[in-house]
Amino acid sequence: MWEYAPAPESRDIANLKPNYRMFVDGKFVEGTGEPLKTINPATEEVLAEVSTASASDVDNAVKAARRAYDRVWSKMPGSERAKYIYRIARQIQERARELAVLESLDNGKPIKESRDVDVPTAAAHFFYHAGWADKLSYAGYGPDPKPLGVAGQVIPWNFPLLMAAWKIAPALACGNTVVLKPAETTPLTALVLADIIQQCDLPPGVVNIIPGAGDVGATLVEHPDVNKVAFTGSTDVGKIIQRQLAGTNKKLTLELGGKAANIVFDDAPLDQAVEGIVNGIFFNQGHVCCAGSRLLVQESVADELLEKLQTRIQTLRVGDPLDKNTDVGAINSGEQLAKIKELTESGEAEGAQRWTSSCPLPDKGFFFAPTVFSNVSQAMRIAREEIFGPVLSVLTFRTPDEAVAKANNTPYGLSAGVWTEKGSRILWMAQRMRAGVVWSNTFNRFDPAAPFGGYQESGFGREGGRTGLEAYLDV
Amino acid sequence: MAAPTTLPSALADAVRDESSLRRFLHGLPGVDQVGVEQRAAGLGTRSIKKASKLHAIDLAISMVDLTTLEGADTHGKVRSLAAKAKRPDPERPDVPRVAAVCVYPDMVKTAADELKGTGINVASVATAFPSGRSTMDIKLADTRFAVEQGASEVDMVIDRGAFLSGRYGQVFEEIVKIKEACGDAHLKVILETGELVTYDNVRRASWLALLAGGDFIKTSTGKVQPAATLPVTHVMLQAVRDWKNQTGELRGVKPAGGIRSTKDAIKYLVAVHEVAGPEWLDPHLFRFGASTLLNDLLMQRRTQLDGHYSGPDYVTVD
Repeated sequence: MWEYAPAPESRDIANLKPNYRMFVDGKFVEGTGEPLKTINPATEEVLAEVSTASASDVDNAVKAARRAYDRVWSKMPGSERAKYIYRIARQIQERARELAVLESLDNGKPIKESRDVDVPTAAAHFFYHAGWADKLSYAGYGPDPKPLGVAGQVIPWNFPLLMAAWKIAPALACGNTVVLKPAETTPLTALVLADIIQQCDLPPGVVNIIPGAGDVGATLVEHPDVNKVAFTGSTDVGKIIQRQLAGTNKKLTLELGGKAANIVFDDAPLDQAVEGIVNGIFFNQGHVCCAGSRLLVQESVADELLEKLQTRIQTLRVGDPLDKNTDVGAINSGEQLAKIKELTESGEAEGAQRWTSSCPLPDKGFFFAPTVFSNVSQAMRIAREEIFGPVLSVLTFRTPDEAVAKANNTPYGLSAGVWTEKGSRILWMAQRMRAGVVWSNTFNRFDPAAPFGGYQESGFGREGGRTGLEAYLDV
Repeated sequence: MAAPTTLPSALADAVRDESSLRRFLHGLPGVDQVGVEQRAAGLGTRSIKKASKLHAIDLAISMVDLTTLEGADTHGKVRSLAAKAKRPDPERPDVPRVAAVCVYPDMVKTAADELKGTGINVASVATAFPSGRSTMDIKLADTRFAVEQGASEVDMVIDRGAFLSGRYGQVFEEIVKIKEACGDAHLKVILETGELVTYDNVRRASWLALLAGGDFIKTSTGKVQPAATLPVTHVMLQAVRDWKNQTGELRGVKPAGGIRSTKDAIKYLVAVHEVAGPEWLDPHLFRFGASTLLNDLLMQRRTQLDGHYSGPDYVTVD
């Protein structure tokens, strides 16, 4: 037997500090909220203490953002704003290893992924939007589109740095200033991004980063001087925000949950479909809003595909997120792990057939072995509710119409995957999918030039691409 | 068409006649180019260190088909290659021997004499290597000559012209006949994937060769670019894995040409391990067709054991 020796990335690269402070008006300052402790979900040890914002800190941050907007940022030519944004992008590349290791420590995602996906894509978002800063007149929103003002942004824990980039880059490119609240369990990389922003000499107050729990986010989005709210996270919280903002003139975009269908037709390239299914649901431990959590497979190839899929899943390496050979890392929090366990138990209780990889799991930390449920019906909770974990529900269909009906039969509508060698069928399906993104013969591919967003309970508004600029322009 | 071995009924049906064969090959699932290349690149990032690296190096050495296929080959050159095969690193007797020495048919006797009793195989290319452009009689005579001279493995080339024009039956028959002519010698079927171009073709040609009784499917002659690539090898490894699932039989894969560094070789071994499965990590089921790879493996082996790099003057150049 050939066992791969452990190949851990050194945690020293993360430059972990015992204390992190919030970033307001160009300075790192102590928050007056109750400090939070962020832990490494792979070991449950405390990584650092992070100061959090109180209501008055939120107010200070919004005021700083307003000052920066009125005095500097909204007046600055786009070509000058672009220079700052390019600088941030280059600094992210410079400090890529530090950011990647820190992200894996704080979030639990495998280093392979933070190194090859999260950090490079975050840099790409800044590069892409820097290019737009002086070309907004050509974006299709009128001859001289104006920014909105102060953007209050609240982001989730599944892609801490990447989501910060998705939010900050277009806001800055369009001339807005930002107050961003990172997730309670993963504040660290956003604060290193703040350090980068400080070193890039952005005018004070253009970007403010205030860690804290949900109440800080609520205070931020409710603040009367915020002009634009962007939220990525759960559908429940998204609904609360939408209620709060009803009747105000704040512009809102929401990117919420999903229950995406990955649809495999009998003429699909099966070996690559298996890879796409694995990537769709086990990438980032399934903590992906657009995860392909429902596999819809044509009955005539279902047995063959499931057999191949199980063989492949059996090779996934679950464990230390810092090991370069780890494919599936740690679940981000004990709370999330409990939710995944609760939903998988409901799947068994409702009569679905459970198969779980026999891979060894570490003794410490929050881990969950890749799991596949077959014989799932639309009525089961595991087919309807977002699990947000490495759990796949397999359903079958017989005809393309049935595939469309089942795929769309969800209150969500963020993404979908279509696997077939037939080009005409890809287009036919894509027209009928009620999903913001449809991938064909691939899954979970992100590019700053491609708009991303949802239908129905998956939210509204687009991020990325020319379309994504609209959310940050007064149009 | 004559099926070479007793095949399960579904596969026996595939080789009943030319049109069945065609239907079978065209009914295989397609290969998505972007997907297979992404997977190959992804697996290529595995980090193999310390004991697992040393194990991989020794395994790779034992899988090398040490090859010389030049117009300028001489008996002296082949003798020195055979000596290298027996003692890859003369100062380190614990280095495993290579799997085989691979030469042209007229060099087989020289190699066989040198390697008698060592357990190292003599592989001969045959069938109008590398183009395969000759008559069947000549290809058969070429094969028989190689076996008579002492080759225990024959590396044949398929008729790519026939394959590309859809004459699958002809390619199948050729492989069956060459296999017969091989007798006890193992048959490796070179697909020359650089001329087949698409991954769909590679998958079809792989199945064609397996159906016709090839013991190994081999990527390339080394005379056409591109030669072996990781994604092509992935597709071929999937074919032998699926073949085993359907028939219970284990068949081998040999990438050849262009694999020069230890780093590359380890990427191939990772693919063998995770695409086909751990049981293919065996010289009976996986080979590297290479000439310069061996010396890099030896240098990296020394580096692993000595803790420092010693340079190319400490390995023999043959």
